[in-house]
Amino acid sequence: MSAPARTESLAELERLVAALIARGHITEAELATQQASTDRASPENGARMVARAWLNPEWRAMMLNSGTKAAEAIGVNMVGAPPLGVLEDTPGRHHIVVCTLCSCYPRAVLGYPPHWYKSFSYRSRVVREPRAVMAEWGHPLPDNVELRVVDSTADFRWMVLPMRPAGTEGWTEDQLAALITRDVLVGVALPKLPA
Amino acid sequence: MSEPEHTPAIHDIGGIQRFHCTPVEHDEEPPDEFGKRVDALRQTLARKGFMSVDELRRGIESIPEAEYFALTYYERWMRSIALLMLEKGVVKPEDLA
Amino acid sequence: MTPRFAPGTPVLVKNDWPEERGPCHIRTPHYLRGRSGRVERVLGAFPNPEDLAFARPAEKRVLYHVVFDQPAIFTDGVPTDHLLVEIFEHWLEAA
Repeated sequence: MSAPARTESLAELERLVAALIARGHITEAELATQQASTDRASPENGARMVARAWLNPEWRAMMLNSGTKAAEAIGVNMVGAPPLGVLEDTPGRHHIVVCTLCSCYPRAVLGYPPHWYKSFSYRSRVVREPRAVMAEWGHPLPDNVELRVVDSTADFRWMVLPMRPAGTEGWTEDQLAALITRDVLVGVALPKLPA
Repeated sequence: MSEPEHTPAIHDIGGIQRFHCTPVEHDEEPPDEFGKRVDALRQTLARKGFMSVDELRRGIESIPEAEYFALTYYERWMRSIALLMLEKGVVKPEDLA
Repeated sequence: MTPRFAPGTPVLVKNDWPEERGPCHIRTPHYLRGRSGRVERVLGAFPNPEDLAFARPAEKRVLYHVVFDQPAIFTDGVPTDHLLVEIFEHWLEAA
């Protein structure tokens, strides 16, 4: 849940930042540049990569081989970022990503993780009852589809390449990208056509 | 299956009973300015070699249980960053008093 | 760095609880300790986070993607379903 930070925490942070600046370790400009860079990353990057994979088999193969290279190819700066892995859904297999130990998330590509991804309930429940969590959010997974829960514990960060929905034949990359939300890229939702 | 005979560490919460019946709230709000600033501070310090993400996690995991669950996400980060900067002598206790 | 386990190899996660022995930082979730899985793929080699967390010199260790039957670990799971988790080689034994 997104409770606001308390007043004493705001003061504590400013004392820490002021000390680091006064001792010459960092500058306000560096913090501003860093924040602007994370603010620029968004699920639209992942949506673009997935839409292109649905249209272009060579791009798809490249992205499955190295998500990092695919992210760089659409202009994301991956220098210093953990490697990005892409999990390929098939008609018989779906993936859902969680980090039970902390909140590992492909920030360089998708931006700040949402509150729900960092919540104790999501982190705890998804390894144990992933189908219940998906169903609660309106995305029940058919019984005949294998669900793979990916617990992001170490050096990679993970993103799902979902199945292209039926009824999108002839769509452009922009139209397809509009179907791909952050929830879809984490795997808690499936792409849906607008009603 | 029998109940586990070990107690997992505070952050190691995959599948535990405590949150079994808690719904996942679909909260899509971006972090507030405090959260964004802590996030930027963490990345800046990492980029300049003052700390690693692994150290950040170790610091978070060392927060006592009562505080761990009372603090917000980015408050836990800030607590860990301050701890690490003190531990390494990058800042002094009097700086943060 | 040569991986000890090839894709498809059955492996066992060590039933070890270093957190009960003192301060540590480990990336192997509690629910996999002592569990059997199968190597899905080798992900590469990365400095050992257990040392990085304490700013100690960190040797590279091979990292695997290991797949586990979900209902064997959580009895309320569904037989079709699996867990896929990154695990370092020093946490794995031949099954």
